[in-house]
Amino acid sequence: MAVQTPNLEPKGIQGLGKAIKRKEDARFIVGKGNYLDDINLPGMLYMALVHSPYAHAKILNIDTSEALKIPGVKAVITAKDLAAAGLSWIPTLAGDKQMVLADGKVLYQHQEVAAVYAETRQAAADGAAAVQVEYEPLPVVVDPYKATAPDAPVLREDIKDQMSGAHGPRRHPNHIWTWEVGSKDETEKALAQSEVRIKQHMVYPRSHPAPLEPCGCIGDMNRATGRLTVYMTTQAPHAIRTVLSLVTKIPENNIRVISPDIGGGFGNKVPVYPGYVCAIVGSIVLGAPVKWVETRTENLTTTGFARDFHMDIEIGATKDGRVTAMKVYTLADHGAFDAAADPSKYPAGLFSICTGSYDFQKAYAQVEAVYTNKAPGGVAYRCSFRVTEASYLIERSMDVLAHELKMDPAELRLKNFIQPHQFPYPSALGWTYDSGDYEKTLKVALERIGYHELRKEQAEKRARGELMGIGISTFTEIVGAGPSKDFDILGIKMFDGAEIRVHPTGSAIVRAGTRHQGQGHETTWAQIVSEELGLDVDKIIVEEGDTDTAPYGLGTYASRSTPTAGGAMALAARRIREKAKKIAAHLLEVGENDVEWVDKKFQVKGVPGKSVTMNEVAFAAYTNPPPGLEPGLETTYYYDPPNLTFPHGAYVCVVDIDKGTGEVKVRRFVAIDDCGTIINPMIVEGQVHGGLTEGFAMAFMQEIAFDEQGNHLASNFTDYLLPTALETPKWETGHTVTPSPHHPIGAKGVGESPTVGSPAAFVNAVVDALAHLGVRHIDMPITREKVWRVLRSAGIDAF
Amino acid sequence: MEITLKINGSEKKLSVEPRTLLVHAIRDAGLTGTHIGCDSSSCGVCTVVLDGKTAVKSCTMFAVQAEGHEITTIEGMAQGGQLHPLQQAFHDQHGLQCGYCTPGMIMAAHVLLQHNPNPTEEEIRFGLSGNLCRCTGYQNIVKAVQQAAEMLRQPSSAAADD
Repeated sequence: MAVQTPNLEPKGIQGLGKAIKRKEDARFIVGKGNYLDDINLPGMLYMALVHSPYAHAKILNIDTSEALKIPGVKAVITAKDLAAAGLSWIPTLAGDKQMVLADGKVLYQHQEVAAVYAETRQAAADGAAAVQVEYEPLPVVVDPYKATAPDAPVLREDIKDQMSGAHGPRRHPNHIWTWEVGSKDETEKALAQSEVRIKQHMVYPRSHPAPLEPCGCIGDMNRATGRLTVYMTTQAPHAIRTVLSLVTKIPENNIRVISPDIGGGFGNKVPVYPGYVCAIVGSIVLGAPVKWVETRTENLTTTGFARDFHMDIEIGATKDGRVTAMKVYTLADHGAFDAAADPSKYPAGLFSICTGSYDFQKAYAQVEAVYTNKAPGGVAYRCSFRVTEASYLIERSMDVLAHELKMDPAELRLKNFIQPHQFPYPSALGWTYDSGDYEKTLKVALERIGYHELRKEQAEKRARGELMGIGISTFTEIVGAGPSKDFDILGIKMFDGAEIRVHPTGSAIVRAGTRHQGQGHETTWAQIVSEELGLDVDKIIVEEGDTDTAPYGLGTYASRSTPTAGGAMALAARRIREKAKKIAAHLLEVGENDVEWVDKKFQVKGVPGKSVTMNEVAFAAYTNPPPGLEPGLETTYYYDPPNLTFPHGAYVCVVDIDKGTGEVKVRRFVAIDDCGTIINPMIVEGQVHGGLTEGFAMAFMQEIAFDEQGNHLASNFTDYLLPTALETPKWETGHTVTPSPHHPIGAKGVGESPTVGSPAAFVNAVVDALAHLGVRHIDMPITREKVWRVLRSAGIDAF
Repeated sequence: MEITLKINGSEKKLSVEPRTLLVHAIRDAGLTGTHIGCDSSSCGVCTVVLDGKTAVKSCTMFAVQAEGHEITTIEGMAQGGQLHPLQQAFHDQHGLQCGYCTPGMIMAAHVLLQHNPNPTEEEIRFGLSGNLCRCTGYQNIVKAVQQAAEMLRQPSSAAADD
């Protein structure tokens, strides 16, 4: 039946496990989202940036006179102007500092050199084009392995004599830090004693999250009140407010950060970028709102890249396939400034999850970071701080080991899984895994895809000269950073807050310090509250992203929202329920101990007919509170999680390869995820679809590459290839459920599992298809050309 | 220069530079449902419909070139307080996450279904291959277009019960 007014709200009490449709859709499907560039303020100016054409050069002169002559151009600033305000450099999240505008030299191509403010976006662009900059090119460092050569050009002259940084000693002006974990001696000894050893080098190439909405910011300094409002595409508004206060010295109460609807984040919208700073400075100096929205080229060339880990692994095992030890060395290319978005104590993030789902007794990992003439980073691109690199490393390596042992890769994994009875499991590199059932999940995946039949088919095809491969990945993630004893960013502990206000008529507003970018919090937070309080989900509104109203929290990235803010939401609701119980006892005229919460209402113990709903309790909280009890029904809860959560999954991929063209066709992909308790199965499936597609993109298409002069080779969407509907495979999803024992609702987080787990499945499948030709490894992205070259060098006839 | 654009049935007088792109003119006219994502006609988030039958990336066209044409944007899809079947279907099938590609995707799908009211999955995937989405992996978008096609072929069930 046709409805006259669109009313998309799911109705009634809709708790955990219900696939209700999303509350937030209503505005997006009619074009009424409110993204940053949709916001226009009276008297607003536009900003454009001048970028360097060189990857490394001295700046001899900047001439802004022609730019200032262009009608509408109000001002042009350079590093000198910022220096007067003490803002020419800003601290990075990784304990380094970075130039806002190039200060004396540029360190990567497209680096920001000057900012132009104008009355229209066209005048700003014209102004930026008219700024004349004189450069003297310098030798560049592109290859991270050459960064610390004795004769390598010094990139960071500002710290060239500082032989110690935020994370310990530096051995070269281009060396940032060396981080290690585990016992090197014991691991080497165990490796030496192992019957079988494999070694493999592999690169996780530089990639970029490239959300479809670029980054942007509107600085709005109100000179009358002294209050700065900043509209920003940020995944972490509260952290931004605190950092802005520390950097600008504006009292934090005079800063309001509003993160409006975000058109995808994927980690790209966590750091503070020079464009943001220049828009804010412009507003303070010019006394008008200043908007900056980056171009796609600015997005791909200057904002947070991801990955760029160059990894060497050695694994030891017994002849019958039991792993004994793992040793890893990684070189991390951080670009010109160490702007990695990692918790303070973990310069290589959570890379030490690299022992994966397997019971390694000994392990050691070392990561070294170096400067190169590339944009700074790296951000956790749909990833919990380098868990993507770690997961790819171990899952790819298990296949290399299986190949060496001539063992089926599924069998090797089954032989080495951490067993359910071993949880909580202390890993060799120091984590305590909360729960998991790896064998069960893999068996579900193998059965779903028909693994044994596929192996038979593969043998038959191979005999006929056809190329077919099967790839497995049984990853374990580490997400939900995190417990305040270990996790902070710039000293701010990584707990999260939730606030619930139940109104007298039984509706509620709930707020969190997280900021969704498509994850569906407006629906899932409402479901948690509906579950815990028995309120109708359509009467719960969820609000995030305004630091004036939301409780403090560190934001949405690294799959942390459900593990942290989701926990806070459940516990805030339970605190409300405790108070509601007292009011219910008053209404039911019994003692509090005689009241129980059954079927989402309060009833007198053992008397089902005598009950009150939360709606009735809410009304009483404001109209008829028990004598002596504080009226009202609202609370804020800050949740400091006791541990991280460890989602896992088993992915199986089948590929067919065209011998003539090198084209890899993903025939099937089965993804069985275990993210603990599922809040909304529809949303979880959507997250898995999207994550798998980004994993597919990394395996086959996306790469931020540079030439020898440091020229960026992927500065737009015709060079940086994202999958369309045409290339993207069809996903088959499923679940096992192993709840987290320590999370208030048993949930673990899911948004990143598929991006973390799937690349290895794709690459393993391709290598499996070519293994009989002597192929042991191919680095991502696996382009047709790469496969074509492998086939030709193996002497394979195209027909 | 002064131009008049007919957007979603109403005429809007706009003052634009000759180089103003159609997408900027539409957005400056207050219709911000049409988004900008790439500046190189690759992503499709700025897709609008020209003269009711052609999907155009509005960053590939100057505003002045659109004079005399009828432009339909996402804001013109719901009629009489009723969602267009595509809008309803994107909601029903969870065909959107962050929502940024959604307007362009719906406009592209709208034209696709006009030309091919009963497309196969492959035809839908091909038809939408000029529009990028970073969140959904396209699978639910394909399902949404299939649902909308079904609804459009049977107008009596145009609005699915929620």
